[in-house]
Amino acid sequence: MTNNGTPGGDVMVRVEGLRKSYGTVEAVRGVSLDVHRGQVVVVIGPSGCGKSTFLRCINLLETPSAGTLRVGDRTIDFGAGHTMPRGRDLARFRARIGMVFQQFDLFPHMTALGNVMSGPVIVKKMRESEAETIARDLLAKVGLANFTARFPRELSGGQQQRVAIARAMAMEPELMLFDEVTSALDPELVGEVLDVMKELALEGTTMIVVTHEMAFARDVADHVVVMDAGQVVEQGAAADVLLQPKNPRTASFLSRFHSTIGERKA
Amino acid sequence: MAYKWDFGLIFSYANFWAKGLGITLAYSVGTVLGGLIIGVICGMLLLYKRKWLTLPIHFYVELFRCTPLLVQIVWFYYALPIVLAVELPAWLAAGLGLTLYMGSFSTEIFRGGIISIDKGQWQAARALGMTNGEMMRHIILPQAIKRMVPPFVNQSIIQLKNTSLLYVVAVPDLMYTGSIVVSDTFRPLEVYTSVAAMYFAILYPLTLWASRMEAKVDQ
Ligand SMILES: Nc1ncnc2c1ncn2[C@@H]1O[C@H](COP(=O)(O)OP(=O)(O)O)[C@@H](O)[C@H]1O
Ligand SMILES: [Mg+2]
Repeated sequence: MTNNGTPGGDVMVRVEGLRKSYGTVEAVRGVSLDVHRGQVVVVIGPSGCGKSTFLRCINLLETPSAGTLRVGDRTIDFGAGHTMPRGRDLARFRARIGMVFQQFDLFPHMTALGNVMSGPVIVKKMRESEAETIARDLLAKVGLANFTARFPRELSGGQQQRVAIARAMAMEPELMLFDEVTSALDPELVGEVLDVMKELALEGTTMIVVTHEMAFARDVADHVVVMDAGQVVEQGAAADVLLQPKNPRTASFLSRFHSTIGERKA
Repeated sequence: MAYKWDFGLIFSYANFWAKGLGITLAYSVGTVLGGLIIGVICGMLLLYKRKWLTLPIHFYVELFRCTPLLVQIVWFYYALPIVLAVELPAWLAAGLGLTLYMGSFSTEIFRGGIISIDKGQWQAARALGMTNGEMMRHIILPQAIKRMVPPFVNQSIIQLKNTSLLYVVAVPDLMYTGSIVVSDTFRPLEVYTSVAAMYFAILYPLTLWASRMEAKVDQ
């Protein structure tokens, strides 16, 4: 996977000086990051350090207070004097970026199949039959070929999260965002979701993953970003950052995970 | 010495009763539908968080929820014509009052239903690239309407009872018809007992149906 992440390759996402304040609280305080096509970037850091806010700024679920964001060929400046995309323009921007959330957030009034079809049918106005073919393939890919007719409440957490991943992938996004997608799962269900994510990474999906699964970061990430108090305190190749952190704050954060990082040698 | 009940007299006014019942039902259905339309429009507008829009709507809602309906009907009949300097027939004044009253409750029911939908649903829909309209139509409303129906049906049942206040402005609904029959027959006991029985006959099945539906939505 690391060969996909060669710097100088095709830059898919470029974030420069991104800031986000909620009133007087500044959740993200000047973050810059490049993500290359096909690269897997893992973002780690203590709870409340601004990881979710950073991720939500990338697909504009939050409006950044300042900075510049480029996704694909679209560049947007934020702050005084700049206007945010709105309405259909904003929706189109988001449609190119998939996102998976901690709480799955499946649509409860639709089956697994309906959930996965929802993006293509509602957003892309694709014919139902065509969308169904895509959705069935994706559900089969995440190991849920036999669960297409189930409603979310009839599925385990791990199954729901796999449906959520398929739902996002059905839009054929250029970029996938994962926000602690295994944190709400029972420990025995974490593996099945991480396996799906690993497969996506192997296929060359560009991903930004916020996670506390250090073994996943070690095995799958091309690039690891460590955040603390709204800023990037360290970043680099997974092996360097996770095993030989230079920043004392990274080291102290990672010390809680060292058993996990070392348990399975890459 | 026991009171001698005589319902025979009551039945001889069958045409009268039918008309009164018709007016009660027509006002119930009409003002509930009118209130529903107001509720959907005002409830939708409340979602736009613009002060100049939400402030007047909140003012309207609270005004009608926090004054007695009887006062509203009387005010619309006696005071509004002076304010507008036009003659307002009783049927219209009363209908207006009842409709706006229902509208104020419907607005709250509609808004409450929408905002009860988990914020995760909104963010998931937006993240997929839905516009606000697509999100409302396909994700939020289908879930919210299910939650709005029981309180709306309950409010409609209350509204049917409230139409009896039409009596005070002499609109010949079921209750007012009763008072006319009484002045004709001097049989208040039989007449008002019959009036109560007729309301009960309509409302009891409706109430049963509503609580059954509520249980169904809850599960
Ligand atoms: N909607 C919000 N309103 C106000 N403060 C928020 C909001 N979302 C997040 N914050 C604050 O921003 C900071 C970063 O939060 P978050 O991005 O969720 O962190 P993380 O995902 O790393 O745990 C926290 O201090 C949090 O309290
Ligand atoms: Mg978070």
